[in-house]
Amino acid sequence: MTAVATEPTTKPTVHHPRGRFAERAGLRIGERFASPGRIGALVALVVLAVLWLLPFLWALVTSFKTETDAAATPVSFFPKSGFTTDAYSNVLSQGNIPLWTWNSLLTATAITIITLVVSALAAYGFSRLEFTGRRWLFWGMIASIIIPPQVLIVPLFYEMLTLNLVDTYWAVILPQVVAPAMVFILKKFFDQIPVELEDAARIDGAGRLRVFWSIVLPLSRPILAAVSIIVFIAAWNNFLWPFIATSDSSLMTLPVGLQTVKSAYGLQYAQVMASAVLAAIPLVVVFLFFQRQIIKGFATTGFGGQ
Amino acid sequence: MSTAALSAAAGTRAGSSEIRAGERSAHHRNNRIGWAFVAPFVIVFVMFLIWPLIHGFYLSFTGESITGANGQLIGFANYAEALQDPIMWRSLLNTLWFTVLSTIPLVVVSLALALLVHQGLPGQWLWRLSFFMPFLLASTVAAQIWIWMYNPQLGLVNYLLGAVGVDPVAWLQDPSWAMYAVVVMTTWWTVGFNFLLYLTALQNIPEQQYEASALDGAGRWRQLRSITVPQLGPTTVLIVMLQVLASLKVFDQIYVMTNGGPAGVTRPVVMYIFETGFTGYRFGYASAIAYIFFALIVIISVGQVRLTSRRSA
Repeated sequence: MTAVATEPTTKPTVHHPRGRFAERAGLRIGERFASPGRIGALVALVVLAVLWLLPFLWALVTSFKTETDAAATPVSFFPKSGFTTDAYSNVLSQGNIPLWTWNSLLTATAITIITLVVSALAAYGFSRLEFTGRRWLFWGMIASIIIPPQVLIVPLFYEMLTLNLVDTYWAVILPQVVAPAMVFILKKFFDQIPVELEDAARIDGAGRLRVFWSIVLPLSRPILAAVSIIVFIAAWNNFLWPFIATSDSSLMTLPVGLQTVKSAYGLQYAQVMASAVLAAIPLVVVFLFFQRQIIKGFATTGFGGQ
Repeated sequence: MSTAALSAAAGTRAGSSEIRAGERSAHHRNNRIGWAFVAPFVIVFVMFLIWPLIHGFYLSFTGESITGANGQLIGFANYAEALQDPIMWRSLLNTLWFTVLSTIPLVVVSLALALLVHQGLPGQWLWRLSFFMPFLLASTVAAQIWIWMYNPQLGLVNYLLGAVGVDPVAWLQDPSWAMYAVVVMTTWWTVGFNFLLYLTALQNIPEQQYEASALDGAGRWRQLRSITVPQLGPTTVLIVMLQVLASLKVFDQIYVMTNGGPAGVTRPVVMYIFETGFTGYRFGYASAIAYIFFALIVIISVGQVRLTSRRSA
């Protein structure tokens, strides 16, 4: 968890015989670049990477086939009647995918903002402020991390019925903004910020909220980014709760809507794969642009979207 | 300044009541500010976590259904029914079996991938991309892709296996293969997270240790056994704990790929909670099964913590 605050451990000061290239290629002292071990490792990596990328590739190839070619035997990567974007135009013109993407964006953004505000305020309270019941509340919150969200689906649905929120965005959003693990992570980070930084401002008469806003938050940008990324991705991909909370197709998120596609399109494999590819694109693009931050975010929090 | 010391001093000094009153109002003020900061969290925490938790427990002792009929308390009848329900037991065992089957490759494969990538071969971003990206897919996206991969006649899996002479298998429809097929898909989909944790841990091992041992003449294999593996101990404990808890909650990919079939061999307990609650609309009975599941999670978590704290002590 300290990985955010401190830079990676010191680089070796010893000069490698082959200079920077050898260092970048991960070579140890006196090691040849093309040793049998390294070639073996490279081959293994290439094979595994191909295995891991193959399902993506297969989905992509299928989505650019005609339905006839997609269902043709023997299986072939290269369709008889060539590649086409028919499946995409069909899915985009008939389906709800643009709408579901919008719903996912809207709910995931709302969940991220609300979670961040609520969790950061609470984390600061737990980290810096003395109040009656603090310890009790904090440990209660920590203990609640063990509660699987799956246990709550029935009473939560019941609650949404009572509040008359079933089939609204709020039903999707509200239960997802409770993130005790994120409060814990933020509190740990705030604990490391020297109190002296705040004391100076407090002597000058700044209130707690002002100190929090203009001193603590700016210093916490890396952890806030990490938490936002985790919360956003988890919300974007969440299936079970949004699936229960919405039955109106126009309110569904992308993962939920995609589940209805399977039954709607039946045996139209190219269209099912085109839908899957379209649903995968937003996060894949985001990942390509923010690979470093996303990997850091997951590595830092260590809890993931589960 | 502790309030106890202050009030003790206050009893002996003239005019101290003013100080005490001032201190008390400051204390009240601090209380107000503190609670103001945590209040938004406490509100959502109570409304969407604590209250459903309590209400679900209450529901598990009622015959509640969506119609609101039979909402009265019926004692332990739901629990008694659940303990005699063969589908409940079957789904509970399926969940445990899936947890065992999936945790092993998800730890072993992620470690192997991390060790390979950590060799520092060229193309780092490509390796990370390949192994981590599936983790970012929504469960339904990953599941749809694999339904297609596993298609008996048209899928890539049977096509590739056919090339080496293996007869076609109906992976998701054959009761003896369905669970393994789900495990393979799950490994592909989620191994990236553990891979990342391992990779981070590997990068945190000080380079000097390797250099020192290299100067002492240790080869790569020796370094792996005597430096890398021992240093990864704590990370492995963390990964196994997180993985077991994640696997116990399995639902999404199985719901999409097999819907619990064939013949219920892949139905996990979360799916049974879901079916009972939202297909059968038996809220009370579903809550009872949910609490049995919750008890299992708590027991396993506590067991894991006990086990690891004893080992490190």
